[in-house]
Amino acid sequence: MKPTTVLQLLPWPIALAPLGWLGIRFANGALGANPIEAVIRELGQSALWLLLATLAVSPLRRRLGWPPLAVLRRPLGLLTCGYALLHLGAYGGLDQAFFWPAIAADLTKRPFMTLGLAALLLMLPLAATSPRAVARRLGATAWRRLHRLVHPIALLALLHHYWLIKADYRPALVETAVLTLLWGERLVHGVAHWRNRVARMEFTR
Amino acid sequence: MLIGTPAEIPARDITPEGVYRQRRRFIGAGVASLLAALGLGLPSLALARTPTGRILDYRKPGAFPSDEESNSYDDITGYSNFYELGSGKSDPQANAKALQTDPWSLVIEGEVKRPVTLALEDLLSPHAAHPLEERIYRLRCVEAWSMVIPWVGFPLGRLLKRLEPTSRARYVVFQSILDPERLPGQKSRLLPWPYQEALRLDEALHPLTLLAVGLYGRVLPNENGAPIRLVVPWKYGFKSIKSIVRIRLVTERPHTTWNRHAPQEYGFFANVDPAVDHPRWSQSRERRIGEFLKRPTLPYNGYEQQVAPLYRGMDPTALR
Ligand code: HEM
Repeated sequence: MKPTTVLQLLPWPIALAPLGWLGIRFANGALGANPIEAVIRELGQSALWLLLATLAVSPLRRRLGWPPLAVLRRPLGLLTCGYALLHLGAYGGLDQAFFWPAIAADLTKRPFMTLGLAALLLMLPLAATSPRAVARRLGATAWRRLHRLVHPIALLALLHHYWLIKADYRPALVETAVLTLLWGERLVHGVAHWRNRVARMEFTR
Repeated sequence: MLIGTPAEIPARDITPEGVYRQRRRFIGAGVASLLAALGLGLPSLALARTPTGRILDYRKPGAFPSDEESNSYDDITGYSNFYELGSGKSDPQANAKALQTDPWSLVIEGEVKRPVTLALEDLLSPHAAHPLEERIYRLRCVEAWSMVIPWVGFPLGRLLKRLEPTSRARYVVFQSILDPERLPGQKSRLLPWPYQEALRLDEALHPLTLLAVGLYGRVLPNENGAPIRLVVPWKYGFKSIKSIVRIRLVTERPHTTWNRHAPQEYGFFANVDPAVDHPRWSQSRERRIGEFLKRPTLPYNGYEQQVAPLYRGMDPTALR
């Protein structure tokens, strides 16, 4: 197998292991007194951390100077979307038992839910344009532009988390620190890139 | 002997057995057998705890008997909100040792003619003035889950009346232990400590209002607010303050911890009301711990008949 193929497959077992562990604990009644809440929360956390991992690929690739890392984005992004869908499924199917009036009321009346839904809906076009054939038909520029949506998605997901916290903000602060770091790297990189371009333009003039 | 005669709990408020008996084990039952077939059944993951605390001497059944099935000792001790011991639901059990309950003293002071300081033993041993009895109450958390809990305790009103509240007493303020050296949630200042709660005097004197010192016939485990806590079953759980060190009778309405932290989310009265939503979730239904389907939430958590008279004539918006 080529190294990039290995790299591309690697996230699947690693990121799906927590799902397996969650399933085993759920089936064995080992998730405490309120297993449904535990399932929703763990799936939400997995989705958010996978999202941050997806966002970490480009900065890491630049800092490590190893371009092949870019192939990690597709599996990590798809896994994020998968966990987010399971998270919604656990809320709708387990917590609400598909009781639609309550689900509809929650999604429209509770801002934290609306933000989560917005994040999830924005993920769908990214997942849909993930297959190589679709991406090729879209064209590289349009694809890149579309996939910049990952940034507002991250912001929405983080706000979703903040909004549901009662008093202990520490986990969300850690997530915020990581996101700030990743965005900071992009900013630094973007400024340097832009300076280079300006310098080159002046040189050619 | 009780103060007043307890009204019967209306039969319609007691959920028909069979309807809601879908215990948690049924949720995963299908998956569990599948896993067992695959050799992945790990029952050791979910070992039940055996209660170990000192056995109390108490009367059973006490007032307000209930025929609802109590939640398991494991569920009651393993799932609670007790921010002094951490913000996660299982943190209080994990950090239970950080709470020192012996020696303990409970000071009752303020607008009473006979202030007292009670030691641990005064609270735990049967006392002629406040004999212990079992009270099986529903507990409805503001987070839309509920349990049925067999407390052991005595009515707060009985104790307060003996101390003779003055005519200036209007409210009763309760404070929890303050021990930031040991309690992990106080070390990290999750809330402004000490935790404080309060009731109107007539609420505090109501025969349903309980000072609990035990659970399932034994002394309270630390994670449930040992050695003495309040239980006000018609109000959201955060009113039922744990590990009380001070009770003060006062004239002015005092501040209360969660109400000050987020007034739009946690009211002073905080009576269970299915018609008034929390901003982030509906209060119209609740999950009884151990059940799959949510059940409707009852006004005053099903104690309407007993407590509605306390609020007669009050503006409902002032009651939140
Ligand atoms: C329709 C979409 C969504 C719905 C209905 C939804 C609903 C929920 C609910 C009900 C909770 C639990 C709240 C509680 O127990 O108090 C929760 C927690 C959470 N959700 Fe979502 N969510 C959605 C989308 C997302 C997305 C897209 C992400 C991240 C990428 C996410 C990340 C989280 C996180 C991190 C938590 C907190 C877990 C914890 O408390 O540790 N959610 N969500």
